[in-house]
Amino acid sequence: MSTSTVSTESPQAPIQVLENTHAGRLRRDRRHGWGFMALFLAFFAVFLIWPLVHGVYMSFTGKSLTGANSSFVGLANYVEALGDTDMWHSMGNTLYFTVISTVPLVLVALAMAALVNMGLPAQWLWRLSFFAPYLLASTVVSLFFVWMYNPQLGLINELLGKVGIAPIDWLNNPDVAMWSIVIATLWWTVGFNFLLYLAAMQNIPQSHYEAAQLDGAGGWRQFFSITLPQINPTTLMIVILQVLASLKVFDQVYQMTAGGPAGSTRSIVQYIFETGFTGYRLGYSAAVSYIFFAIIIVVSISQFILTRKRSA
Amino acid sequence: MALSTFTPHSSTAKAAPNVPTYRRRKRISASRVAATVIVAVLSFTWLVPFAWATITAFKSETEAAATPITIVPKSGFTFDAFAKVLQQGNIPQWTWNSLFTSTAVTIITLIISTLAAYALSRIDFKGRKVMMTVIVASLIVPPPVLIIPLFYQMVSFHMIDTYWGIILPQVIAPAMVFVLKKFFDQIPRELEDAALVDGAGRIRIFWQVVLPLSRPILAAVAIFVFIGAWNNFLWPFIVTNDSSMLTLPVGLQTIKSAYGIQYAQNMASALLAALPLIVVFLFFQRQIIKGISTTGLAGT
Repeated sequence: MSTSTVSTESPQAPIQVLENTHAGRLRRDRRHGWGFMALFLAFFAVFLIWPLVHGVYMSFTGKSLTGANSSFVGLANYVEALGDTDMWHSMGNTLYFTVISTVPLVLVALAMAALVNMGLPAQWLWRLSFFAPYLLASTVVSLFFVWMYNPQLGLINELLGKVGIAPIDWLNNPDVAMWSIVIATLWWTVGFNFLLYLAAMQNIPQSHYEAAQLDGAGGWRQFFSITLPQINPTTLMIVILQVLASLKVFDQVYQMTAGGPAGSTRSIVQYIFETGFTGYRLGYSAAVSYIFFAIIIVVSISQFILTRKRSA
Repeated sequence: MALSTFTPHSSTAKAAPNVPTYRRRKRISASRVAATVIVAVLSFTWLVPFAWATITAFKSETEAAATPITIVPKSGFTFDAFAKVLQQGNIPQWTWNSLFTSTAVTIITLIISTLAAYALSRIDFKGRKVMMTVIVASLIVPPPVLIIPLFYQMVSFHMIDTYWGIILPQVIAPAMVFVLKKFFDQIPRELEDAALVDGAGRIRIFWQVVLPLSRPILAAVAIFVFIGAWNNFLWPFIVTNDSSMLTLPVGLQTIKSAYGIQYAQNMASALLAALPLIVVFLFFQRQIIKGISTTGLAGT
């Protein structure tokens, strides 16, 4: 089909525009398509595909940072990891964090968006204060909170003392530390979910509410029977994004408690980091990475199936 | 009982500008007052960490560590902590490192993602569907999974403690390709067809027709990518060691251990690190919020 359009092959012939037929364009496009993709693909291959593949290979070796013993060990790393109580402990901590952080990160964001969307005065101020923390680096957040959590000099215990609550050792008590991290995380990132919710709410046509008002539906009623159903897809997306983000938790935990006390807040990413860079066992660390990856895939696929069911 | 007055989504709910004022005046009900109080308390709470850090940073070290804690120190506020941090520390150097690497990440990401997204959206080339699937599938790869092999790769590229080592692994953003593709899909094809008939090549069409129409989405993606790169901790933390090569977030982590219990200086450093993005945000609040919500939503 392309024989008739050979003339358009020569790009330096703009006079032959009339012969710039569909088929000719297709043919040029074939080259142009890859041309446009080339840069991205190069980076994609070198910095994503290759490490992804090479990591699998590494996980089958005894490779270490010191360079010694990079021999092939088969599945030994995986077998060891599956029986590694520290790994399972870190995995458990990560799942625990994911559950107890996702719930408030979604519900508080929803409440914030609903309030701001009411059209109260000084909207910009509320929006600013809820969202501003999201712009901070994790280290800044950790510095702020480690200081506020300070058992003797911290603002939080001081305020609690004023209402007669005994000082709490926020970051050194294994029963409390994870919750302290959740609070800091909530403060830090809820603004992102809040913005997504707010955008979704602002997209709901006003006519829905006007109709409901004519029918005599009050505020709460409107919220539950119009707003919530309308933003359902957004909720689903926020939950999915949040679960995946929480599973990857590392920064603030590493910075605030370094995984302590007694490993009670150590996340799986920190365990990967530590086995690789403190324990120098790159091969083993790679194996743990892929076990973590497998869990992420399982979570993603089940979320995908859930989404399908809901929208079907 | 309160149902009739509490109207979280009355006609005034939409962003103020397009709401006629006569409607706004109508509803000053008890529940709206209550809602305002709740939102005010909540946002006050959200500002406390900033406020407390600021107060601490302007105290002397002795005052910052004094009990009982005070809001206004007896000896008054001082710039000492800021002065010390700026004199001794590497904060100016780290700020430059962060600025340079984040800008480079943003520019490279924008260029390669925009070109790829255009091809995926508009050009019928063999393998397009496969490429699309591969890119979408790659969204599932969590960056932490790659740190071990990527680190090893950077060692063999001799990129440890270099700007390129920080920048290059951060430029692949499949989600942004997806966002851009979605945007390009919405541009009417007729605009390009007219140019094609006039004999314009793909590159010229891309440059002269598509890009000018895409300014809002380009800005949104740029903002999103820049904030992500500016605040990235894990990767720069792994790929840098030399104190002069650290980015701000990573540098701050070393300050924490080096300064130990110097609370005022810790807070001064944290505030200095937070300042650039907060200032940018205050100036471009509207664009940033729009950028985050469009890319954030579309990126899923």
